[in-house]
Amino acid sequence: MADKSERLLNLYIMLLAQTRFVSKQDIRRAHYGEYGDNPRGLEAFEKAFERDKEDLRELGVVIEVGSLDSYFDDEQGYRISADTSSLPEIRFEADEAAVLGIAARAWEQHTLARATTEAMRKLAAQGVEIDTSRLDLVPPSLRAEEPAFDACWEATQKRRVITFDYRRPGEEAATRRLQPWGVVRSSGRWYVVGYDLDRRAERVFRLSRVQGRVALTGKSAAYDVPAGTDVKVVAHSLVHRSPDIEAVVLVRQRAGVALRRQASAIEEDVSGPDDVTAWDRLRVSGQVRDLVGSVLTLGANAVVEAPDGLRADVISRLSGVTR
Amino acid sequence: MTTPKPAVHAAREQVGRLLVLVPYLHQRGEVRVSEAAEALGVDAAQLDKDLRVLFMCGLPGGYPDDLINVDLDALEGEGIIRVDNADYLARPVRFAPSEAAALVVALRAIEQSASPETREVVERTLAKLETAGAASAAQQIHVSDDASPGTDLLPVLQGAIDRGRQLEISYYVPTRDDQSSRIVEPRAITRVGDATYLDAWCHTAHGDRAFRLDRIVAASELPEAVSERAAEPRDLSGGWFHGDGETVAVTLRLQPAAQWVPEYYLVTETSPGPEGTLDVVIDVASESWLHQLLFRVAPHASVLAPVEFAESFTANARAALSLYQERSVG
Repeated sequence: MADKSERLLNLYIMLLAQTRFVSKQDIRRAHYGEYGDNPRGLEAFEKAFERDKEDLRELGVVIEVGSLDSYFDDEQGYRISADTSSLPEIRFEADEAAVLGIAARAWEQHTLARATTEAMRKLAAQGVEIDTSRLDLVPPSLRAEEPAFDACWEATQKRRVITFDYRRPGEEAATRRLQPWGVVRSSGRWYVVGYDLDRRAERVFRLSRVQGRVALTGKSAAYDVPAGTDVKVVAHSLVHRSPDIEAVVLVRQRAGVALRRQASAIEEDVSGPDDVTAWDRLRVSGQVRDLVGSVLTLGANAVVEAPDGLRADVISRLSGVTR
Repeated sequence: MTTPKPAVHAAREQVGRLLVLVPYLHQRGEVRVSEAAEALGVDAAQLDKDLRVLFMCGLPGGYPDDLINVDLDALEGEGIIRVDNADYLARPVRFAPSEAAALVVALRAIEQSASPETREVVERTLAKLETAGAASAAQQIHVSDDASPGTDLLPVLQGAIDRGRQLEISYYVPTRDDQSSRIVEPRAITRVGDATYLDAWCHTAHGDRAFRLDRIVAASELPEAVSERAAEPRDLSGGWFHGDGETVAVTLRLQPAAQWVPEYYLVTETSPGPEGTLDVVIDVASESWLHQLLFRVAPHASVLAPVEFAESFTANARAALSLYQERSVG
């Protein structure tokens, strides 16, 4: 490991210390002497150099590629500029440092928890003192139990195509190929958003429905995410295709606390379908599916008054049980 | 995760640590090994190994003057780190995209559940990180606000704990669909598993209770001080829920439309049923919870056993359906 560490750090220093682009040949001569001067050695050097560049990029280093010759661009060189590769000087107030201290504890997913630690170290190296003593804020709990998360996140970062088996409830698993654009968490579940190469369209996949391993295939930077893509908006538009509707629901008094919290208006003591309890009238808006689910969950404590379509949906679902 | 890190990344990680250590030292001159280890969250023995790589590195050229100078006498003798001839490494490397994303998403999650004052602090912090180029990476990941404990009441609860005062809370129990008011003696705010709780002695229940923060609908501090019942911290190593959890194993047959159930609830057994159905066994602690679940997926789940639960649910569904029929008569 020490040899590889030395080579990596020396490569970084060499490219950082030069203002001009450094040719691959010079790089090879300085740091990759162990690879022979023959086609096999050249291939091995190319591979090792690619991996080293990738490692430096993972650390946050920006490697610039440019032409050595201003007239011919057939020979490429490399350099690292201190300005683009270094962390800009940031100073934080005491209350900001406290908030950073909370943020440091938020991730429970190991890859991102580790990434947060690395970011905090860089800030500490710059002289920022992270304050972890503030107790009046509970860190949010950011988790990802889905085994597919890590591979999807890595592929998103590297822009590599993934393939995986995906199983919708009640269907056979099918293999999918996706250019992942990003990952989204909503209602406690993770989704991967991207371009489905076989369906030739934007798609969202729920990670808990991925079966087995997610395989990263092909090269890094294999595709571009369309400019202006907001993964949150894409996920939302694909998951919720229909507009919200407004519904009127009668709920027994003291029941339906969750639905009441969601209501835009509540009219108390209205006449209901029976006299066992008093009833209230709630106005709620939402997706048809969600409203059907909310009303059904309340069983004999709620009745849809309007619209008729929602009433019919609930009646048909209940009739399915009593039939 | 306890999986050993792959050795392929060991060199990258070592260089990552060195690219943080050198700027850190540059800020301070000389530093004790223990102090640097603590500040950077690195094991002291590892730090020693890292430094032995550092002094083999430097500008290309191969002259001794080109190499970074690590004072090994000071390191071995006094446990002090002194490094020079490394001015070009004085600044840490910029955030890698995944680092920036992790940090920004964590801050946004805090922002979503914070009080207006804290939100303002988080916004300032995010703005500063944005100038460091941290914003763009976070476009690849988004977390909606459900991940946070989500309460505006946290300052009230924490204030009462700090001042040792009792609280009146309004608490919602979804399995009973019930909201009730309670007087409690708050002890602490604690996180167990996925949720954050107010740990308190409850006057209504006459015992220790844990209240999920996201189900506390309202809270106000009372003038009465807490008694010694709330003074002793509780041993929560065994989790909140033990002892009184009698459950019944219920076997459900799920039609395809209801086969998301095992993704959301802990099932102890699954086996394929006839015609594309799936049979699952769930440990049920309350019948009303089971009914809620069955209503939500109705009519795509049925109870195979025990038969009493199947009958009670059908009766309940008939009662729900009758509400619609009676209205159409009147």
